[in-house]
Amino acid sequence: MAGDKVKLLGFWGSPFTLRVKWALSIKEIEYEYVEEDLPNKSPMLLQYNPVYKKIPILVHNGKPIVESLVILEYIDETWKNHPLLPEDPFERARSRFWAKFVDDKCVPTIFQTFSSTSDLKDKAAKETRENLKTLESSLNPNKPFFGGEKLGFVDITVAWLGIWAQMVEKIVDVKLLDDKDTPLLNAWFRYLIDLPVIKDNIPSLDRLLAHNKDFHDQLIATNS
Amino acid sequence: MVKEELILVNFWSSPFGCRVKIALEEKGIPYEYKEEDLFNKSPLLSTINPVYNKVPVLVHNGKSVCESLNIVEYIDEVWSDRSASFLPSDPYERSQARFWADFIDKELYEASRKIYRCKGEEQESGKKNVLRILKLVEGELGNKPFFGGDNLGFVDISLIPFYSRFYTWETFGKFSIEEECPILVSWAKRCSEKESVAKSLDDPIKIYDFIVYLNNYLTK
Repeated sequence: MAGDKVKLLGFWGSPFTLRVKWALSIKEIEYEYVEEDLPNKSPMLLQYNPVYKKIPILVHNGKPIVESLVILEYIDETWKNHPLLPEDPFERARSRFWAKFVDDKCVPTIFQTFSSTSDLKDKAAKETRENLKTLESSLNPNKPFFGGEKLGFVDITVAWLGIWAQMVEKIVDVKLLDDKDTPLLNAWFRYLIDLPVIKDNIPSLDRLLAHNKDFHDQLIATNS
Repeated sequence: MVKEELILVNFWSSPFGCRVKIALEEKGIPYEYKEEDLFNKSPLLSTINPVYNKVPVLVHNGKSVCESLNIVEYIDEVWSDRSASFLPSDPYERSQARFWADFIDKELYEASRKIYRCKGEEQESGKKNVLRILKLVEGELGNKPFFGGDNLGFVDISLIPFYSRFYTWETFGKFSIEEECPILVSWAKRCSEKESVAKSLDDPIKIYDFIVYLNNYLTK
């Protein structure tokens, strides 16, 4: 829309930031990107997100919106092209449910796996595999995307998960994604990551490994 | 017109189920209520909510919708012609309503449990956290009669069920929420006068007695 000013405050290594970048890209929205240095959060970040002090933050004509799934709903309601959520209320409820499942269950256990050692790490890895198996149960094996024929809300909520799981597997030496256990899920992740809109805007596994190896070492040192 | 089958599967003391009751009452939709025994969950529950095996679940013409805020939005969308929408029409205002409802969902219940399940420092931290949350939310209300403006909205429906628990938190934590958040308590009283809320909120003493009972049951 003419005269719109859209700004995104984010971090290159944050899956939540990626979700917003993908939504903006799908809808062909022009925006200014501001890379935040997370150990030194800017006054702008703190002003725009006083409750959580986190990224991503979408600022539209000076007004901030925070929390990635809230931002995705906002983008979908404000820019009507390439809808992310389906029209049918039950399908919308189903999309919202599974997107929230990813954030409430998959994300915390993956992070726990990443930041723990020995027994706790193994327990978290097992829970992660269970959660991923549950997530797989939401998929229709005959459709390329969660919602059917088009890239949508749940797809962009998870498109980072495959590569992040690989990163965690390599750094902490666990198995999270097994083609025997979750073949449909793995195929979905591989399909998503190959799409131009996702591929053009996702860090490489090498870059993620380099950055997160240090982060992992810091977390373990703090926890000991 | 084909009769709709609408069932709410719930447990009476659940603040999350209470949200759904209020939403259904606001829309004036008839429904069947099924009480689930949380100490002895039925096979039905794991069929209609295989992911979490929790209440509340709304079953509409055989299809189940889970997670209370998700259910409230679903009700709002399906029966949009029955009442004013719970969410504002402006996308920015909608995003703010979603943010605050999500904030309450993420933080309040867990923080409040520490008040009645824990003692000493853990209990104190629960109390401080609950007050932090309520004060932030009170700030968002400002001088509006409801979070939704002139009428009950998404945030009002998300938060008001916890009003039934204020007495429990205050009694266990030995503090007064009204002293700390007078504007919020004033809002809660105003909300309680709405028919949909009055019909749905649980009696605070009944909730307190149940939580005391649960504490004893769990320590056995």
